[in-house]
Amino acid sequence: MNALSISNLKKTYNNGFEALKGIDLEVKPGDFFALLGPNGAGKSTTIGIISSLVNQSSGSVSIFGHDLKTERSLAKSCLGLVPQEVNFNQFDTVKSIVFNQAGYYGTPRKLALQRTEHCLKQMDLWDKRDTISRRLSGGMKRRVMIARAMVHAPKLLILDEPTAGVDIEIRRSMWKMMEEVNQQGTTIILTTHYLEEAESLCRNIAIIDQGRIVENTDMASLLARLHVDHFVLDLAEPLAQAPVIAGYQIERIADKVLDVAVPKEIGLNYLFNQLSEKNIKVLSLKNKSNRLEQLFMSLIDTKSAGNK
Amino acid sequence: MNYSIAFRTIVTKEIFRFVRIWPQTLLPPAITTALYFLIFGKLIGGRIGEINGATYMDYIVPGIILMSVISHSYANVVSSFYSTKFQRNIEELLVAPVPNWVILSGYVSGGIIRGLLVGTVVALISLLFSDIEVKNPYVALSIMILTATLFSLAGFINAVLAESFDDISIIPNFILTPLSYLGGVFYSVKMLPDIWQSISLGNPILYMINAFRYGLIGVTDVDIQLAFIMTIAFILVLTLLSLYLLYKGIGIKN
Repeated sequence: MNALSISNLKKTYNNGFEALKGIDLEVKPGDFFALLGPNGAGKSTTIGIISSLVNQSSGSVSIFGHDLKTERSLAKSCLGLVPQEVNFNQFDTVKSIVFNQAGYYGTPRKLALQRTEHCLKQMDLWDKRDTISRRLSGGMKRRVMIARAMVHAPKLLILDEPTAGVDIEIRRSMWKMMEEVNQQGTTIILTTHYLEEAESLCRNIAIIDQGRIVENTDMASLLARLHVDHFVLDLAEPLAQAPVIAGYQIERIADKVLDVAVPKEIGLNYLFNQLSEKNIKVLSLKNKSNRLEQLFMSLIDTKSAGNK
Repeated sequence: MNYSIAFRTIVTKEIFRFVRIWPQTLLPPAITTALYFLIFGKLIGGRIGEINGATYMDYIVPGIILMSVISHSYANVVSSFYSTKFQRNIEELLVAPVPNWVILSGYVSGGIIRGLLVGTVVALISLLFSDIEVKNPYVALSIMILTATLFSLAGFINAVLAESFDDISIIPNFILTPLSYLGGVFYSVKMLPDIWQSISLGNPILYMINAFRYGLIGVTDVDIQLAFIMTIAFILVLTLLSLYLLYKGIGIKN
């Protein structure tokens, strides 16, 4: 049984805009799944339909085997949603926001209190439990939404751009929290514009563009399609210009920093041999983390051109 | 799925909301109605004499109580549900396995409770000015609950269809208040010329106020059975309309 099965899902809005043109998607239980796409591609519409915030035009959605039309309550009780924008009552306290959500899912009071405490502690918000939510920082508000989405212990958690607009420190801590939640058995679907985030967290990926799934595979296979890796080299001595080495594209991006495009069929050994012969000493090396971005752009460009 | 917990959660949240802002929700009707009783009942009413065998003060007490019930049950649901829509925390309910009838009954119950609470506050204030002995308590209580239910439902529909804060003030200001004042709160429709009597009989609030007046002081201008039938019929129609709006997601879903 899949955590999520979507079959031939279509959505046309009242103004005639066809947001989804027949989407098929399957997410396995326990997966950490990335749903990516440019703005207006159909990600939010898809998530809106899965979470009952948008009425579908046709097709079917089932969550852990429960059809969203015929077994609505059971399907909904498996799902937790962290939306893109803050959508809780800004005059309520942190605790009441999370506690009330447990009530909507029919959780008895005693258990709801225990789960509220657990989720707020997990999100590092227990100290803020009596704070009026509008007084929280942006990062804390996003963590409140994660705690709220998890309070009924959903099997499937959808995170719609959960780290948008938060600083890198909070983003890293949220990644850690998401990984922990996933390791505890919760299936996660993540949408994000930070491709580095998807690359480091997700095992499987679907890319949606113009209302269609243009790619659906596992992250490793997708990244393996890259023929070129980019590396950043930190040098011991400054260089006036980038060295020329056959087979590699080398760019000097600072006095002591080189950006090297390394074709996978050639590899790194030959590069270092050549650099040593030229008396260029390399202090450190790091992989440039834009691999998924390159693929993403090429996929969107290719498939969009094909659809025209 | 235990829907009673979801229902209790919505009702508790609603009660907490209007109690938390009691200076805006419970205090103003106490002050306004005290002024009504003082000015219309005591100062002017003393010169008017009796209407249908009741003193003017006793005559206006039921109408003023029910007018408060109408305006506050309506205001509670329309402001609360529209704010929920506006802040998008309606999504908390839409994502959760809460059936539409539980959402509706939760918000309507909140409106009924506030309406009855305000009605009780106004009734207590009226005791300072009048010593009414309730003639038909079951009639009074049941029409009060039905009226609160009806106007909570009306407030809910207004909130669902509203697209701005202006939209939630138009109906209370331009429809509810005039209908309440013209519903015989301060006078008997029998005092009006025939043509205005006939027009007034098209005002549903007239029936509710008269039924409540009958319950409190035993005086009415209309048939009590007809008043109950009309009120219940309106409740049924508005309930079905509310559920239809929720089912279609009008105003709350894309």
